[in-house]
Amino acid sequence: MSEEIKNFLYLNRRAPYGTIYAWESLEVVLIGAAFDQKVSLAFVDDGVFQIAKGQDTSGIGMKNFSPTYAALGDYDVHQLFVEKESLEERGLTVDDLMHLTWEDEDEDWAEKDSIQVVSRLELAEIIAAQDVVFSF
Amino acid sequence: MNALHTVNKSPFEKRSFDSCMGHILEGSAVLLYEDGVYAAMKGTAMEGKVKSAQGVRFYVLGPDLKARGVSEERVIDGVEIVDYAGFVDLAAELDKVVAWV
Amino acid sequence: MAIEVEGKVLETDEEGYLVNLSDWMPGVAEIMAKDDDLELTDEHWEIINFLREYYEEYQIAPAVRVLTKAVGKKLGKEKGNSKYLYALFPYGPGKQACRFAGLPKPTGCI
Repeated sequence: MSEEIKNFLYLNRRAPYGTIYAWESLEVVLIGAAFDQKVSLAFVDDGVFQIAKGQDTSGIGMKNFSPTYAALGDYDVHQLFVEKESLEERGLTVDDLMHLTWEDEDEDWAEKDSIQVVSRLELAEIIAAQDVVFSF
Repeated sequence: MNALHTVNKSPFEKRSFDSCMGHILEGSAVLLYEDGVYAAMKGTAMEGKVKSAQGVRFYVLGPDLKARGVSEERVIDGVEIVDYAGFVDLAAELDKVVAWV
Repeated sequence: MAIEVEGKVLETDEEGYLVNLSDWMPGVAEIMAKDDDLELTDEHWEIINFLREYYEEYQIAPAVRVLTKAVGKKLGKEKGNSKYLYALFPYGPGKQACRFAGLPKPTGCI
């Protein structure tokens, strides 16, 4: 079998704490990142709430896993697509999201933004270009 | 690359169908199954959305229609009814599956 | 399962990882290392502390590959390689060092 690198997209459409989907997705991303594929994440619908800043779960007895998104750069996940329409429908802007970055080893660890706000149509094209899409 | 998009939630309860419709490009196919089959019914608020999608093929899983008492006459014209084998054929024919769960 | 550290009985899982992160104290690492026939040096502690800081910041135990890269960035290339890390932690820098640090088993470790 050929060892060709494939494009994997994780499609996140659910808010973080009401169901287990968001955390499960993140765990699968972290595990899957060990396999040397090109991995990106998309946040659509309520999925955009997963990366909202200021999360504090101390009052609900659940683990706050929002800091883990900041580790994605270390796992070679450099592209987090956030759908503009989904943000707008929820009264959010990119400033309401965590500032997530990755460091480019080839450019002396220059810090680069991971989040890219894309339109619904752009996201449709991104989805179309993938080899594999995992939905959560 | 063309995708098979699948929807298995009722369009009246969840956003899966609408999200799917917002992210499909010409040449792709949509398969409605489980509670997603309600989006294939004539006379619903979904009918216009299905009919206005240009260059997109729609399929609905027959056994799920039957289970829910939705007769074939009530399926929107142009939506093809398939069985499980047809589902598999579609998944094999298109480049990938995108599940709107 | 459990280990006894400084008179306290601390619960561990079937693989020896602490069940409650908050139970951790330096003595945990000392006792676990002794069980693995390992003497902890400053070099071991540097990695253990690094892991605890990583967990504090990101809420995960990093995979070995990620740990190696992150150590290299923070502590220098001569330490950010698997030869160095495996020499310190022969059962694997991910699994063994995370256990000593009181963290869960790294995500993605089987």
